[in-house]
Amino acid sequence: MRDRFHDPERVRQLAARIGRRMTRGWRIMEVCGGQTHAIVRYGIDELIPAELELIHGPGCPVCVTPIELIDRACELACTPGVRVCSFGDMLRVPGSSGDLHSARARGGRVQIVYSPLDALAVARAQPDTQIVFFAVGFETTAPATALSVARARAEGLRNFSLLVAHVRVPPALEALLDAPEAQVDGFLAAGHVCSVMGLDEYAPLCERYHVPIVATGFTPVDLLEGLLACVDQLEVGRAEVVNQYARAVASSGNRSALELIRQVFQVEDRCWRGLGSIRSSGLALRAEFAEFDAEHRFALGVPQPLPASRCWSARVLRGEVKPTACPEFGRACQPLHPLGAPMVSDEGACAAYYRYRAPGAVEASAVDG
Amino acid sequence: MADAGRVAAAVALGECPIPAASDCVQLVHGAGGEASRRLIDSLFARELGDPLLVTDRDAATFEMPSGPGQIALTTDSFVVHPLEFPGGDIGCLAVYGTVNDLAVSGARPLYLSIGFILEEGLSLATLARVVGSVGWAARACGVHVVTGDTKVVERGKGDGVYINTAGVGWLEPGRACGPSQVQPGDVLLVSGDVGRHGLAILALREGLGFETRIESDCGSVVRAVEALWERGIRPRCMRDPTRGGVVTAVVEIARSAGVEIELESLGVPVRADVRAACDVLGLDPLEMACEGRVVLWVAEAHADAALACLRELDPSAARVGRVRARAEGRGRATLRTEIGTTRWLDLPSGIATPRIC
Amino acid sequence: MCLAVPGRIEEFASDSGASPLEREGVIDFGGVRRRVSLAFVPEAVPGDYVLVHAGVAIQRLSPDSAAQTWQLLEAEVEGDSAPHEDSTKSGTVDDA
Repeated sequence: MRDRFHDPERVRQLAARIGRRMTRGWRIMEVCGGQTHAIVRYGIDELIPAELELIHGPGCPVCVTPIELIDRACELACTPGVRVCSFGDMLRVPGSSGDLHSARARGGRVQIVYSPLDALAVARAQPDTQIVFFAVGFETTAPATALSVARARAEGLRNFSLLVAHVRVPPALEALLDAPEAQVDGFLAAGHVCSVMGLDEYAPLCERYHVPIVATGFTPVDLLEGLLACVDQLEVGRAEVVNQYARAVASSGNRSALELIRQVFQVEDRCWRGLGSIRSSGLALRAEFAEFDAEHRFALGVPQPLPASRCWSARVLRGEVKPTACPEFGRACQPLHPLGAPMVSDEGACAAYYRYRAPGAVEASAVDG
Repeated sequence: MADAGRVAAAVALGECPIPAASDCVQLVHGAGGEASRRLIDSLFARELGDPLLVTDRDAATFEMPSGPGQIALTTDSFVVHPLEFPGGDIGCLAVYGTVNDLAVSGARPLYLSIGFILEEGLSLATLARVVGSVGWAARACGVHVVTGDTKVVERGKGDGVYINTAGVGWLEPGRACGPSQVQPGDVLLVSGDVGRHGLAILALREGLGFETRIESDCGSVVRAVEALWERGIRPRCMRDPTRGGVVTAVVEIARSAGVEIELESLGVPVRADVRAACDVLGLDPLEMACEGRVVLWVAEAHADAALACLRELDPSAARVGRVRARAEGRGRATLRTEIGTTRWLDLPSGIATPRIC
Repeated sequence: MCLAVPGRIEEFASDSGASPLEREGVIDFGGVRRRVSLAFVPEAVPGDYVLVHAGVAIQRLSPDSAAQTWQLLEAEVEGDSAPHEDSTKSGTVDDA
C-alpha cells in the first residue's frame, strides 16, 4: 500500500513543514471518525509537533445515535413479523439494555447489510416480513437512504420502512463552537460528507466563529495536508473554507444527491449521544413519506426517560477536559458499557485513552468501580 | 470430488432402507439402528476410505512411535457457514484446523477422531461431499481417521453440519516449542499471504453481494513445518493465525512470552484483491482469519534459511517482524506502519463485520 | 467516518430500470466487483472512477485530478516557499 498518499518521505516532509509554520500551539478537531481512525492507525499524532493538539470529534454517526433510538430498533427486531436491517457497526452500539447483537440473541431478527438498497432487496424477497432499515449516518449516507425509500415508493413496496437516525455535521460543529468553553481553533471537515454536501454550509461558520475549516481526505498525506492548510490559516489569522480533498469534493457537492435528500428528508432537532439535543442536527422523513416511517407504522412504546447522564463527553469534545478527568471514566463508563459517543467508538477519544494512554489508571479505577 | 460425492450419495440412497424419495438426512440416521449402520458403511466408511477407521467397535486402538516422546492431544469444533466455500468446505477445514494445531505445537499429527452433528434435512449429496473432503484432506496430511460418531438433530436445531475433531500427535524430545522460548532478536515469518479465509467466508456469509474469486487459504501447514525440522531449523514458537488473524497471533504471543514484538506492516503479504475487499468493507486484512498459514518465531541465525525453505512451498512466505526486547511489564506488540510510524496493536475488539464508519 | 472507496465502472447493469433512480452498474474495486447504484452520478460512464459509499456512488472522480493534485503538491513541498493554497485548488471534481 505504499502509494503517493502513504509515501513515508512525503509524510515526513509535510509534518516537518507543519512544524516550521507553527509559532504557537493550536488545537484542531478532526470531525470524522474515519479521520480519527486513520490518525490512530498510522500514528500521525506522533509525527506532528506536540503543540499541535488533535481533538477527536464525535467519532462516527453510529456512535452518536441516541440510546432511545437503539432501544427502539431492538424493540422492533423483537416484534413478530419484523426484521431490522442495518450496517455491521450499528449492531454493537449498546442501548439501555443491550445492542442489536443481543436483541438477535434474544430471538430478534437482525440482518447486516452493506447498503440500504440491500434492505430493499430483502423486502422484495420476503413480502410477508416487515423490513425496517435502521438508517444511521452523516450526510454521506443520506443519499443512499433517500434512494431506498424513493424506490420503495415507486415500486409500491408495503413492507419496507425506515427508522431514521441520520445526523448533520455542521449543526454539531456550531453547537461545539457555541459553548463558551470551546477550545477548538480549527476543523478538518469530513471529506466524504463534503462529497455529498459541498462546502457551502461551512463559510458562515468560518465567518461567525473565526475558525478555518478544511475539507480533508483520509490518507496520511491527505490528513497532513489538511492540518497544514489549517495551520497556515491560523498562523496568519485567516479563517476560510479550504478544499484539500478536491479529487472527491466539488464545492457545490453532488447536486442530484442533494435534490433527493431535500425531497425525502426535512431538518429537525436531534439528540446526540452524550451531547444532548442539537438544533437542526437531524434528518427526518417528510410528511409525504410518513407511511415509510417505522415510528408511524409500528406502535412503538414511549421511550423510557433515561436517568440524567453524568457523561462528560460534551466537555471532552469541546477540548475542555481530557477523558481521564471525567468522574465516570473507567468506572460506569467503559468500552463494554459506554455512556457517551467517545467511549462507544474504538477511535473515540475516551476509548483511545482507555485502551492506550493510561492502562495503570484504568486498572486502578476499574477495581474501585 | 463433486461427482464422486453425487455417486456416493446415490449409492447411499440405493442401499438405504428409507424410501428412495428421501435424499436427505433424517432423524432415523442418528438412531443407531439399521439406517445409521447403512449411512456409516455406505457413506462414511466409503468416503473416508481409511483402513484404520473403526466402524464395528466402540474404541479405536493405534500404535504410537517407539522411543522417547510425548503424546500431543488437541480438539476443535467447526461451525462454519456456508458449509462449502471457495477453496474448501467444513470437512477439510475440520481436518486442517486440528492437524495444524498439532503441527504448530511441534508435534507430528498421526490420528484423528471425527464427530458429526447433522441437521435433519441436510442433503445426502452435500454430506457425501463434506465427508469425502475429510477423507481427502486427511490423506493429504498423512493422518488416519480412526474413529467417528454421528448424531442427527431436528431440523432448525443445527446449521447443516457441525464437526468436532480430536487429533493425536507425537512430540519428539527437542521439538517442543512455544511462547516461553521466544527471545529478543527472534525473527517473525509467515508461511504465505494472509486474510483470505476470513474474507472468503465473510463475503459469502453476509450476503453482501460481492463477486470475488478470493479463495480460502485453508490447507495444511504440516509440510512447511516438517520441511523446517528436516533441515534442522528449530522454530522457537509457532501459531496458526486463525480467528483474529495475524494481529491476534502476535499480540497473544507477545503477552505470553513477555516480550515486545514489532510487526512490519509492509512486510506482511496480502494479495491485492484481499486488500481491496478489506478497504471496501472497512476491515483490516491483518485481523482476518487464515486457515492454512503459520506464523513462526525463529532465531535470527536461522531466519534466512527458514524463509528460503518456506518459499519453496509458497513463494509469498515473508519475514514480517522481529522481537525487539523483553517487556518491562506485560508483553505487547506494535505495528510499524506503511508511513514509518509505530503504533500499539491490541486484540480485535469483536466480530469482523462490514462497517460504514 | 463514512467509509467511501473509489472503484471503476465496468459496465451498466443490463437489467437497470428505466428511471434515473434505478440506474445501476457493476463496479470493480481492484479485483472485487459489486453492483452499485449510479443514480447520483448521471454523467458517469463505464471506465470512469466513482466514490462508493454504502452501495451508492456519491461522486465521480477523475483519475487525472488525483494525479494533478499529487504533482502540484510535489512541486510545492520541494520549493517550500510556494503558496500552499495552490495545492488545494488543482484537480477538482467538476462542479457541474
